[in-house]
Amino acid sequence: MTDVFNPDVTIDSRGATCPGPMMDLIGKVKTLDPGTVVELQTSERNSTTDVPEWLEKAGHDLLEIEERDGHWNIYLEVN
Amino acid sequence: MHRIAIVGGGTGGTVLANRLANELKTEIEAGEVEVRLITADPEHVYKPTFLYVPFGKKTVDDASRPIEELVDRRVTLEIGEVTGVDTDRKQLSFPDGSTLEYDQFVLATGANLEPEVIPGLAEGGHHFYGPDGAERLRDELAEFTEGHIVLSVIGVPHMCPAAPVEFTLMVDDWLRERGRREDVDVTYTYPINRAHGLESIAEWATALFEERDVTLETFFNVDEIDPDAGIVETVEGIELEYDLLVAIPPHRGSDLVTDAGLGEDGWVDVDRHTLEATVAEDVYAIGDVADVPTSKAGSVAHYEAGVVADRIASRARGQTPTATYDGKTVCFLEAGMDEATFIEFEYGEEPYVREPSKPLHWAKLGYNESYWLTARGLL
Repeated sequence: MTDVFNPDVTIDSRGATCPGPMMDLIGKVKTLDPGTVVELQTSERNSTTDVPEWLEKAGHDLLEIEERDGHWNIYLEVN
Repeated sequence: MHRIAIVGGGTGGTVLANRLANELKTEIEAGEVEVRLITADPEHVYKPTFLYVPFGKKTVDDASRPIEELVDRRVTLEIGEVTGVDTDRKQLSFPDGSTLEYDQFVLATGANLEPEVIPGLAEGGHHFYGPDGAERLRDELAEFTEGHIVLSVIGVPHMCPAAPVEFTLMVDDWLRERGRREDVDVTYTYPINRAHGLESIAEWATALFEERDVTLETFFNVDEIDPDAGIVETVEGIELEYDLLVAIPPHRGSDLVTDAGLGEDGWVDVDRHTLEATVAEDVYAIGDVADVPTSKAGSVAHYEAGVVADRIASRARGQTPTATYDGKTVCFLEAGMDEATFIEFEYGEEPYVREPSKPLHWAKLGYNESYWLTARGLL
């Protein structure tokens, strides 16, 4: 499934402490053009609910959430 | 001669230069190694001081000392700009067209404020993230008797993730002390679905905000400011009126970084444990300019500097480096005018927020004075 998305940008926030994966994502997305596919790697379970919630508010598309060994890969497209 | 070049004389660069001067003193004195610190500002600034300036507790002069007073005599200190880095040729270039070759290079150029990225922010907002901003805010706060103060976290990333919460709790306490709190509404805004990126801080801050009648607005991503009407407008379609806006402005890294191909956004892509640049050999980054998954905080620059000093010294001696950085971060958080708490954590850890106390506040104030020993590589 990962190959189908072929992310343009990967944010490795595994083990990210402060201010954490959500802020890493928001800061990066602000700099990206519409259509960019982003992969956020996070070891925080909360990201799997927090990120979709933010994506909906901010108007970006959630593509897929993959659970891996000890972390999640969240794929999204910037609008 | 083995030349180690460091660009940037903030906490990271200064601690690193001093640690290297100590570790390699024999080699430096024998003329085999040079540690060169190149920095544009002849003053070394300790930014945490600025948090106290709006409340009249410190002045901007308290925040800086001449860097030549802090740097070991074995360090070659150069005050000047670096205009470019060629990591293939291992060369720095300067405004006059001259170049300098290096064997190992460290970027410690820090983070810069760019409020102009948000329309209306420079005219309509204040901040305490630099000397001029902090002084203007001091003047504004001194005269502020009633209305709506909004503390808005706009920049992501930004230096010191704790500072917005600290400022809010301090302004609440300070206004109470001066008998003005009842006539002032205080609102704190944050871009995500809670009060802070770190859950434990978010929980702690949310409880305190509720206790102290501070309004919390989350999912608040500022789009633009209308300075004449005094309105903050967000991506989510919210319009919030303010009388005094204190913003954590957008930040950027360094053009030096982007031009050299070391990182797309001006922050250097590094290995989070060795602080080595991912795309160039013998290049490191420490402090705010390095893209690592922890806070842009002074303690991070300090601990990274220790690790990088060991690694660089090992290489200078022809040895395999072994020191690694595990994300150690330490932050004192003011919870008002006379109480503070303290957190510490490494990569992958959620910190525990202790009950605020007076001794921890005094410890923070004490450290603020002893910081100059840290800068000298002694503490």
